[in-house]
Amino acid sequence: MSFLNFFNRNRSAPVARERLQVLLAHERAFAGRSDLAERLQKEILAAIAKHIPIEGDKVVVRLERGEQVSTLEIDIEVPEQALAR
Amino acid sequence: MSKVVVVTSGKGGVGKTTSSAALGAALAQAGQSVVVVDFDVGLRNLDLVMGAERRVVFDLVNVVQGDAKLPQALIRDKRLETLWLLPASQTRDKEALTEDGVEKVMDGLRARFDWIICDSPAGIEKGATLAMRFVDQAVVVTNPEVSSVRDSDRIIGLLDSKTRRAEGGEKLEKQLLLTRYDPARAARGEMMKVEDVLEILAIPLLGIVSESADVLTASNLGFPVTLHNPASPAARAYADAARRLMGEEVTVTTPKEKKAGLFGRLFGKRVAA
Repeated sequence: MSFLNFFNRNRSAPVARERLQVLLAHERAFAGRSDLAERLQKEILAAIAKHIPIEGDKVVVRLERGEQVSTLEIDIEVPEQALAR
Repeated sequence: MSKVVVVTSGKGGVGKTTSSAALGAALAQAGQSVVVVDFDVGLRNLDLVMGAERRVVFDLVNVVQGDAKLPQALIRDKRLETLWLLPASQTRDKEALTEDGVEKVMDGLRARFDWIICDSPAGIEKGATLAMRFVDQAVVVTNPEVSSVRDSDRIIGLLDSKTRRAEGGEKLEKQLLLTRYDPARAARGEMMKVEDVLEILAIPLLGIVSESADVLTASNLGFPVTLHNPASPAARAYADAARRLMGEEVTVTTPKEKKAGLFGRLFGKRVAA
């Protein structure tokens, strides 16, 4: 390691790791492994839309596979004015 | 009872063929009878890496299509008595392999060998799906690099859904073989660490093979690396991985950075940069 490199380390590995985690969480849920996430997204959206006007892309469903436990993450963004009324 | 193992990765160039040859040879060196099957129809290379390229007469496609009997297509390794090769053909016909045909070949191989190592082509097309179709377990070869990890994740998904075993609700064991690992770069944060890849892919570790000149030398000469230079770190890593495949408990040692001297550190890097 040269003197200059020592102060200007190329620590790109954590970025790679982070990007992969985000991408794969999405791909695992939506890329054919199971259509569960997709069905959940539609049904959750339909249930909410009965009561609150909401855009299709405001409901995000993620399935994350783990060794022992998998997690289902549901992220619903509700517009401010929809609740104000 | 014999075991059928696919060596797969999704991405090309990560070391599937090298690893198939090395694991096959290591198993044979441990006294097992082994056949390594090249599924890369149209782009066969396992014969070359194993030094048998001039001995190919019949191939997998000939057997599948009934033009040759299985024993006619099997090539025995010149150095290891119990190591055999079933080469792929050079035909460009993508429909050359059929599911029924491959199943029959696999049954024929199960009757003859302890281990059947299926060297998968890259991609997720027919060749790759047929290579994994009838297996009992899988070795997922991955480089610590974003596109390789992503493709491995995709392949794990296919292993869990498109194999005969998965469809029958049976467990298909998948293990990670991390290749082209560079401990020095991982230590500097330039390359994902073993733990990073393991955490992301969430399958057990079969072994870690460091980036090594021995691997290229061995394939240049047509030798599996475990045969050419058994004492090299890469050969040892493959030999340990083979023992783990056989069910032995062997602790995985993460390769450590080789400490270069002051001279090497100052000038080695500068030359490389």
